[in-house]
Amino acid sequence: MAAPLALVVVVAVTVRAALFRSSLAEFISERVEVVSPLNSWKRVVEGLSLLDLGVSPYSGAVFHETPLIIYLFHFLIDYAELVFMITDALTAIALYFAIQDFNKVVFKKQKLLLELDQYAPDVAELIRTPMEMRSIPLKVALFYLLNPYTVLSCVAKSTCAINNTLIAFFILTTIKGSAFLSAIFLALATYQSLYPLTLFVPGLLYLLQRQYIPVKVKSKAFWIFSWEYAMMYVGSLVVIICLSFFLLSSWDFIPAVYGFMDHPIFFMFIQIAIISIFKSYPTVGDVALYMAFFPVWNHLYRFLRNIFVLVCIIIVCSLLFPVLWHLWIYAGSANSNFFYAITLTFNVGQILLISDYFYAFLRREYYLTHGLYLTAKDGTEAMLVLK
Amino acid sequence: MGLLSDPVRRRALARLVLRLNAPLCVLSYVAGIAWFLALAFPPLTQRTYMSENAMGSTMVEEQFAGGDRARSFARDFAAHRRKSGALPVAWLERTMRSVGLEVYTQSFSRKLPFPDETHERYMVSGTNVYGILRAPRAASTESLVLTVPCGPDSTNSQAVGLLLALAAHFRGQIYWAKDIIFLVTEQDLLGTEAWLEAYHDVNITGMQSSPLQGRAGAIQAAVALELSSDVVTSLDVAVEGLNGQLPNLDLLNLFQTFCQKGGLLCTLQGKQASGRPHGPHGLFLRYRVEALTIRGINSFRQYKYDLVAVGKALEGVFRKLNHLLERLHQSFFFYLLPALSRFVSIGLYMPAVGFLLLVLGLKALELWMQLHEAGVGPEEPGGTSGPSPPLLPTQTVGLASLVAPLLISQATGLALYILPVLGQHVAAQHFPVAEAEAVVLTLLAIYAAGLALPHSTQRVVSTQAPDRGWMVLKLVALIYLVLQLACIALTNFSLGFLLAATMVPAAALTKPCGPRPLWAALLVLTSPAATLLGGLFVWRELQEAPVSLAEGWQLFLAALAQGMLEHHTYGALLFPLLALGLYPCWLLFWNVLFWK
Repeated sequence: MAAPLALVVVVAVTVRAALFRSSLAEFISERVEVVSPLNSWKRVVEGLSLLDLGVSPYSGAVFHETPLIIYLFHFLIDYAELVFMITDALTAIALYFAIQDFNKVVFKKQKLLLELDQYAPDVAELIRTPMEMRSIPLKVALFYLLNPYTVLSCVAKSTCAINNTLIAFFILTTIKGSAFLSAIFLALATYQSLYPLTLFVPGLLYLLQRQYIPVKVKSKAFWIFSWEYAMMYVGSLVVIICLSFFLLSSWDFIPAVYGFMDHPIFFMFIQIAIISIFKSYPTVGDVALYMAFFPVWNHLYRFLRNIFVLVCIIIVCSLLFPVLWHLWIYAGSANSNFFYAITLTFNVGQILLISDYFYAFLRREYYLTHGLYLTAKDGTEAMLVLK
Repeated sequence: MGLLSDPVRRRALARLVLRLNAPLCVLSYVAGIAWFLALAFPPLTQRTYMSENAMGSTMVEEQFAGGDRARSFARDFAAHRRKSGALPVAWLERTMRSVGLEVYTQSFSRKLPFPDETHERYMVSGTNVYGILRAPRAASTESLVLTVPCGPDSTNSQAVGLLLALAAHFRGQIYWAKDIIFLVTEQDLLGTEAWLEAYHDVNITGMQSSPLQGRAGAIQAAVALELSSDVVTSLDVAVEGLNGQLPNLDLLNLFQTFCQKGGLLCTLQGKQASGRPHGPHGLFLRYRVEALTIRGINSFRQYKYDLVAVGKALEGVFRKLNHLLERLHQSFFFYLLPALSRFVSIGLYMPAVGFLLLVLGLKALELWMQLHEAGVGPEEPGGTSGPSPPLLPTQTVGLASLVAPLLISQATGLALYILPVLGQHVAAQHFPVAEAEAVVLTLLAIYAAGLALPHSTQRVVSTQAPDRGWMVLKLVALIYLVLQLACIALTNFSLGFLLAATMVPAAALTKPCGPRPLWAALLVLTSPAATLLGGLFVWRELQEAPVSLAEGWQLFLAALAQGMLEHHTYGALLFPLLALGLYPCWLLFWNVLFWK
C-alpha cells in the first residue's frame, strides 16, 4: 500500500518541479483565481524584506500573513519551492492515512449494524466490501496531488497550501482520536485564517462519537469532554498568539491578519449583507435588516456611483417576484428558470450595491487623509481607481 | 465591471446618453413598432408542430356516423326548451341516462353586483347537467370534458344534439382510458364557473352552488362547442382565456390536424388584449386545464359540412387526448398566432415590448442625470469651481413634495375602483338612470374629475415645491409606468403591447414647458379610456361593420359595464389593473404637465 502512494507522490513532485522550472510559473503566480491578497507569495517576500530591514512587516497594509509564517520562511526562503512541494506531499499523506482509518471505522460500524440485523433483508448489493474500500485512500491522495487546482496553487506558491496541510493534519488527528493534537492543529489553522473555527463543532462531535459518549445535555461525560477539548483549543490559540507577539514584539499583526478593526460597525454591516446574500434560503427579511443601516451611511451618498441603476434593478426584481411565481406555480405557463433568473438578478443587484458602498467608504477615508482635490504629479486632475 | 466603475468611461457614457437621448428614444420606439409588425413574416414565425410525443405518432380512424341521431336530439332539445323557457333538466337527465352515462345535476345562483344590460339579468340562477362516461378498465384518475354552454340568448341546441350523439357513440367503444364528462351548462359562462368551482372545491367568485355528487378525476383537457345551425362552413377557434392566458399550443395543433384531415376550414379570431374569456374554455384555463372553444359558423360559402364532419373531428381529438400520459406541457404556453398554423414564441415577441420600454428607461436616465447636473455626477468635485450642491437637502424636499401627488392619484384610482358599484343605488335614487347606467356614468365622472386634480394638488403643495420638482415626479412616474407595463406584458402580451404603444410617447414627451394644449391633447388621447374607445372603433372597422359615433359610444359604455361585471364575476383583472394601476400613473403625468 505504501508503494503506490510513494509512486503517486513522486509523480506529483515531478509535475510540480517541471512547472516550477518552466516559464509558466510567473504567469500562474499572478492569476487572480489562484492567489489572493491574503495568501500571495509576493506579499510574503515583501514582508520578509521589510523584516530584514528592521521595519515591522505590517506597516504599509500590504502583508497579511501571520508571524509564524514569516519566521518559517525566514529560515527557509531559499528552499521555498521545496517547502511547498513538501507541504503538498504531507497533505496527501495525511489525507491518505486519515481516510484509511476512517474506512476502518465505517466498515466496523457496518458490520455491527449487519449483526444487529438493522438493515433490510435484500440490500446485499448495497453493503460495502473491504475490497472496494481498499483503493479509496490512494484515490484521495491522487485526487489531491494531481488536481490541477492544487498544482496551480503550489506553483504559484500560495500560502493556502500551508493552510490545507494544517487542516489535513487536523482531520488525521481527529480521526485517530487524539483530542490534544487535533486541538493544536485546529488552533494553528484558525490562527492563519479565521474560517476553520467552524470546524470546531464537527471535530468535537466526531471525537465524542469515537468514545461512545452520547451527545445529550444531561450526560456528564459529554460536558467534561467538550470542556477539555474547548480548553485545549483556546489554550493553543492563546499560546500561538502570544508566541507571535514575542516573535515580533508587537501586536501589529492582529489588524493586518484579521483586518478592518477601525470600522467594526461598517464591517458588521457588510458582513450582515454578505450573509443575507449568500445564505441558503434568503428572504426579504434578511435584506430588510441591512437596508435599515443605509441612513447611517448617508454621508457616503455622494460617492455612490451606480445608485440609480441599482435601485431600479432592486425595485423591478421585487415586483417581478410575485408575477413570475404566479406564472410558474398557478398559471403553470412559466417554469422555474424565470423565477431563478429574477433571484439571480436580485442577488447581483445586492452585490453591486454592497460593493458600491464599500468603494464609497474607502474613497471617503482616502479623501479625508489626502484632501478632497487631488492632482497628479503633472498638475492634472487625478482619478481614484480601486485595485 | 469596467463600464460602471471606470470614471472616464462613465463620463463618456453619460455624455452620450444626454446628447443623443431624443434620437435614441425615437429610434427605439420605431424599432419596437417595426419589430411587432415584422412578427407576421417568415423568419420570425414558425410553422406549428406537435411537441407531445404521446399524441403524435398514432393514427386514428374516426367512425362517428350519428348525424341523424344528433339532429333528432337537437330538435327534441329545442322543443323542450321552448316549452319550459329554461334548460330542460329532466329531459336531459333522461336522455343522458338512456345513452348510458352516469348523470348528475348541480344548481347555482348568484346576484350580480349590478344588472347586466347585454344579457338582461340580475339575479342569476340555473342548473348544470352533466353525465360521466366511465372508462371501462381504468381507475378514474383522469378525465376529459366536452362542454356545451347554453345561455339565455344563444340557443346551442345543435351542439347539445351533437354532444348526446357523441356520447352514445363513445359509450360503445372500449379504448377509453380516461373518463369523459359531458357537461351542459346554463347561463353560459356563469354556469361553467359554478361547475368548475364546485369540481375543484374552491370558492373564488362568491357563487352559491350546490356541491357536486359525482366526480371523475383530474381534468386533462376540455373542449367547448357552440353551434348555431346544423350545417357549418367553417369552424372558428377561440384560444384566449381569462386575463390573456393561453392553452398549450399542442391542443391547438391537435385540433388543426384533425380539421385538415377532414377538410374542414378553420379560422382564428384574436382578442387577447381585453382579457375576457371568450368562451367557457377561458375559465378552464385558470384551473390549469387546457381548453379550446370551437364555434361553428354558417356563412355564405359554397362548401358546407354537416354534423358528421364536426363529430368526426371531435372524435379524433378526443381519441388522441385519450393517449396522453401526462398533462400537456411540452409545447409553448406563451405565443402569438398570426395564422392558425404559424406561431411566434415569447423569445421573439418580447423584444418588441422591450424596445418600447427602453424609451421610458432612457428618459428616466436622462432625467436622473439632469437632476445631478453639477459636473456630470457627484464624484468629480475637482471638475467644477463651485462646491457640489448639497444633493441630500434637495432630494429630501423633492421626495416630500412627491408624496402628495402620489397619494392623491392612488386615492383617485381607488375611488374609481370602489365607488361606482358601491354608490349605484345612491346615484339611481338621485338621477333618472337605471343602476347599470349609473355605475358606468359614475365611472366616467370620476375619470373626468381626475383631470381637474392638478389645481387642487398644487394648492396643497405649492409652498414647498422647488422649481425642478416636476422632474423628480416625472422620474417616479416613468419608473412606475415601466414596472406596470413590464408586469402586464409578461402575463398578457397583447394588452401590454397595446398600452405601451399608446402610452409611451405621451409619457416620454410630457413636460410643463412648451405648447401645453398640444401635450394635454396628446395625453388625453392616449389615456387608457381613450385607448379603449379608439380600440373599439378600430375593431369594428376590421370586422367590416363600422359604427357611427353614437353607436360607438353605446358600445363603449357597454364594454365598460362588461369589464366591471367580469371582474366581479370571474375575477378578470383588466378593470382593477386600469383603475388601480394605470390610471393613477396617467394622473401623475397629467400632474407633471400642469406643474406650476
